[in-house]
Amino acid sequence: MAEALAIDVRGLTKRFGQKLAVDHVDIAVPEGEVWGFLGPNGSGKTTTIRMLCGLLRPDDGQGTCIGYDVLTEAEEIKRNVGYMTQRFSFWEDLSIRENLEFVARVYELSDRRTRVNDMLERLGLQHRQNQLAGELSGGWKQRMALGACILHDPKLLLLDEPTAGVDPQARRDFWEQIHGLSEQGLTVLVSTHYMDEAERCDRIVYILNGKLIARGTVHDVIGQSGLVTFLIQGEGVRRLADSLRHKPGVEYVAFFGAMLHVSGHDRDALARALAAYSGEAGILIAEAPPSLEDVFIQLQEQAP
Amino acid sequence: MRGFSPQRFVAVLMKELLQMRRDRLTAAMIVGVPVLQLCLFGFAINLNPKDLPTAVSIDDPGMFGRSIVAALTNSSYFRIVRQTNSPQTARRLLDEGRVTFVVEIPVNFSRDIVRGSQPDLVIETDATDPAAGSYALAAFNTLATTALRDDLVGPLKARAQGPPPFQLVTHLLYNPESNTQYNIVPGLLAVILTMTMVLITCLALTRERERGTYENLLAMPATPLEIMLGKIAPNILIGSIQSAIILLMAKFVFGVPMLGSFWLLALGLAIYITANLAVGYTFSTVAQNQLQAMQMMVFFLLPSILLSGFAFPFKGMPGWAQDIGEVLPATHFLRIVRGILLKGNGWVEIWPQVWPLILFLFAASAVALLRFRRTLD
Repeated sequence: MAEALAIDVRGLTKRFGQKLAVDHVDIAVPEGEVWGFLGPNGSGKTTTIRMLCGLLRPDDGQGTCIGYDVLTEAEEIKRNVGYMTQRFSFWEDLSIRENLEFVARVYELSDRRTRVNDMLERLGLQHRQNQLAGELSGGWKQRMALGACILHDPKLLLLDEPTAGVDPQARRDFWEQIHGLSEQGLTVLVSTHYMDEAERCDRIVYILNGKLIARGTVHDVIGQSGLVTFLIQGEGVRRLADSLRHKPGVEYVAFFGAMLHVSGHDRDALARALAAYSGEAGILIAEAPPSLEDVFIQLQEQAP
Repeated sequence: MRGFSPQRFVAVLMKELLQMRRDRLTAAMIVGVPVLQLCLFGFAINLNPKDLPTAVSIDDPGMFGRSIVAALTNSSYFRIVRQTNSPQTARRLLDEGRVTFVVEIPVNFSRDIVRGSQPDLVIETDATDPAAGSYALAAFNTLATTALRDDLVGPLKARAQGPPPFQLVTHLLYNPESNTQYNIVPGLLAVILTMTMVLITCLALTRERERGTYENLLAMPATPLEIMLGKIAPNILIGSIQSAIILLMAKFVFGVPMLGSFWLLALGLAIYITANLAVGYTFSTVAQNQLQAMQMMVFFLLPSILLSGFAFPFKGMPGWAQDIGEVLPATHFLRIVRGILLKGNGWVEIWPQVWPLILFLFAASAVALLRFRRTLD
């Protein structure tokens, strides 16, 4: 075996009634890497993560999570995986310390006090340890939740949109923690909607309508898309957007501040469409590598 | 300020109606509770109980004794379930709560009537529930007198007139003063415990579900049994405190006698409290939200009050209502607590009420554990 895989699942499928929530998803995450899990709302990210940590039984598919069978060894997986839910799910009427001590007891950790103290210190939570979790702001809640999820030294961390609603500074601190953990050998799969977070990951997978449709490094995913993007800058470029949308070759137009991103797969057609505007005063048109966001939005719009 | 806007009022109204429609179970319960109440109050409850189980202890071969037995058989108030010649056997049936009355026709009853020496005709009743037997008791005297009148012919005809040829002796056992509090206060112990214990645990899991902590709990390695026991155990303490308060007040404020063993009562209490906690926990595994859990509690509480023998005489209810009552823990505990406090019952007499409680406890726990899913499926 070339490299050990923390997650190795094939054909993972989950149905809710008639709806196919996750449709034959294959994911193979090598140990120690940080993978980003992207996709629009309702595309199956949470369902996939819940299947990986033993909270949902897959209807189809097979594979292992940190070496345990996802179909038959859910209990072992729960013991060795840290899962941070999308919505804050610790006990708001318990203090930070009480929450952590509860977790330590449930996982039957030895030297509970030391572990909890270390974790409080590590996350800078000592001076707030007796505050009720419900009274914390979003950033502190998230920090506490992370602490509770890694208290039992899991081998794999599954994070479901951990930074939603958290300020930029707290997000940056959070990612520093994640990278620190990854250096110690922890494998992380994190779902997110933030492009800058996707770029902090070793690799990303993109899921749409339950199907994985892109994977690789950010660079790979952008390259695989075959997308061409032109930037248009200048006074009043916004008014061009509507007319551009209907030009042949233009698949997608987006605002980025005072800038327009115009994207399509056919460079020549795109160039022809833009030629009409290139003469206008104060307008600057240049080709640029597409951003990850351009690629994702285009993937989403292409979907049937 | 802004005054009353009919449009805003309608906006809130419509939203509430829509939300109400989404919660089907709640809507079903709103229909279900009044139907349940009507059935219980309308059909099951009988303030003038008839067909009360009666044991006859007869040690007299004469015709007068037989006439009285025949009259009891034909009356609508009494139903003879046992005929014996041993007063001890009859008394034990009363101790165990199997019969409400014992009619004792003593040796030489017929001979003494013929002689005109007015023999005793004894009726003993279980007065732990004074209301249960009062009508029947009132009917008994007339019943016996009339029964004998037809037999008093020929030379005895003169006795048919005037006072009855026997001396009616009424024994109100266990509660000679027919003190209603002796019945109600121990009964309240059963009802209050059912109410609070079921209420406390029926929210146990629904609260976790509504606050979003349920998913986290499931993602951790705790097993369903560990979760259930962990959630039930602390409430046993609360139940014990409640019991202590009620028992102390029963003794010192209401003067309820405590004839039996305290430890036996404590054991019964422990089982009863745990059984009710298990019921509440079972509800919380079924209910989707706290409102539903509360409604289930009401569904359980109503029969526990009305069909257990707390509010109305158990033996006076129709058969189907008694059958439902037999399933409820409150019914059995009511017999245990009244038996121990008022009758001085020991282990032998209460065991028939203890095992159904234990069975109920295990059944409710089994349902809860089966209902509890280890996954979010």
